[in-house]
Amino acid sequence: MRKEPSYQEIMAERAEVMKASVGIDYARYATGALAFDYERLLADTGYDIETASEVQARTAVGATPLVELTNLTELVRATAGPGKGARIFVKDEAANPSGSFKDRRASLSVHEARRRGYPGVAAATSGNYGAAVASQAAKARLACVIVQEAFDSAGLAQPEIAEKTRACEGYGAEVIRLSVGPEIFYVFLRVLKETGFFNASLYTPYSVLGIETLGFELAEQVRARTGRYPDVVIATHAGGGNVTGTARGLRKAGALETEMVAASVDLSGLSMASDRDFNRKSFTTGHTGFAVPFTTWPDRADVPRNAARPLRYMDRFVTVTQGEVFYATQVLAELEGLQRGPAGNTSLAAAFDIARNLDEDQIVVVQETEYTGAGKHPLAQLNLARRLGIEVRRGDPRENKPGSRIVIPEHPSQIRAVEVDLDRIRRAYLKNALGSLPEGTRLSAADLEFLAAETRSNQAYVERILDELAKTG
Amino acid sequence: MTEPIAQGTWVEIHRIVLPAGERAPQVPEDTRRVPLEMRVKGFLAAPAELGGEAEILTPADRRLKGRLIEVNPAYTHGFGPPIPELLPIGEEARAILRNRGRIR
Repeated sequence: MRKEPSYQEIMAERAEVMKASVGIDYARYATGALAFDYERLLADTGYDIETASEVQARTAVGATPLVELTNLTELVRATAGPGKGARIFVKDEAANPSGSFKDRRASLSVHEARRRGYPGVAAATSGNYGAAVASQAAKARLACVIVQEAFDSAGLAQPEIAEKTRACEGYGAEVIRLSVGPEIFYVFLRVLKETGFFNASLYTPYSVLGIETLGFELAEQVRARTGRYPDVVIATHAGGGNVTGTARGLRKAGALETEMVAASVDLSGLSMASDRDFNRKSFTTGHTGFAVPFTTWPDRADVPRNAARPLRYMDRFVTVTQGEVFYATQVLAELEGLQRGPAGNTSLAAAFDIARNLDEDQIVVVQETEYTGAGKHPLAQLNLARRLGIEVRRGDPRENKPGSRIVIPEHPSQIRAVEVDLDRIRRAYLKNALGSLPEGTRLSAADLEFLAAETRSNQAYVERILDELAKTG
Repeated sequence: MTEPIAQGTWVEIHRIVLPAGERAPQVPEDTRRVPLEMRVKGFLAAPAELGGEAEILTPADRRLKGRLIEVNPAYTHGFGPPIPELLPIGEEARAILRNRGRIR
């Protein structure tokens, strides 16, 4: 049998392969040991809102409906104090060609790949983004390879990813399915090297700029419908692109006062690289297993500099439980006639609690839905959970324990959006930033300014925390 | 001896990409103990036997080699039976709305 190149061998070629496959010289944007010119990195792509919308419209991406969830709002008001319970809207992103907002990200990447003359596109993703890239590649007549982390060592596929395999293959892509592990990146690098394809990473400027249109559209739609900008927009948060792109789009539309909330499913206690835990998560994305590491260190991505930098944009970061999301999914279907999910239903669950605490005339927008179907449905996830010995029952969602117990609320009043302490997240970010530098590196004024922007704080805060970290080691 | 599978048949191949001892240094213990496996589907480039070495031509027009594990593999993911804990939620929510209507 042919000898496979070692993990270390391929990782050593990482920088070179990345540069060739994204067509961006990231080193050009460095302004310090840590600092880089983030805005220029994005602006140099040439995609403003208008250009991005125009490219997206060519493949029927974007311009999705904004739906007011009147029954769900009434349900929330039944659990709220007098005069409380904001109007809840959802942006029905399932109306995009491959069924999710990921088409917005894929459209600019694939457009760029074609414009630059790449023979094909490749992406390492087990989720909707793979289907989006495959769909866009089909339309652009480019070859497509999708690399997925799809099954555990017993050969058991996570049902939602099995559906993504089917979707990608349905669009005519080659799908490489891997067992559990971070070496998906190693295999992906090999694919890029062997094919010379464009790296349609989730974390390039194209992929993030593609989401700005979502924030922009929803701000305009809410204003046209209600005469005001939304008070709160909630985005399901994993790798950070959704929060980053949406918030940037809101600002570009002029919705400067809108609060940006990141919402993730709490999967604390489960390891993301564990073969055993892989099928015990019941969620494949939108969870803390991605959100916390990517918020506290975005540059762990498959490009040198991640264009998704969520800590710059989130006003709040909240978590909900697995059971609360399944409850919200069921209510959305039965009270609003929308079978959607799972991803957007994480922010929908958070909306129950967030809207409950706002005034009746205020507006909360859940900024995405996604298509549902075989494998991607609560039934598939809960049946798998039971098969693996996870307890599923009704009760107090506080008793939910990822990997061993899924507790579905008995009443909507039990749903809580639990605050993640952003100060703790900022400290973790700064610790990771320091840890990424060679020993003895001195930070410049540009670096301190960059870290303040990254943590949405100020230089005094950054200096204080760095000082504390230096003392505690 | 089994009949070879015809060239051009849609099949799935399997390959060990990294054996158990050669996983990335950062993987947890349970993952380190097992190999990194790969499965890919494509059209058989030449006749091959089930369980034997085979080459496929993928939809991205690439040639990949591995052990032939399945012919015309099925998509088996689905929904499964209804979950009793989810069944009453809709009616409970409608009841809350009905009661709210009466109080007002």
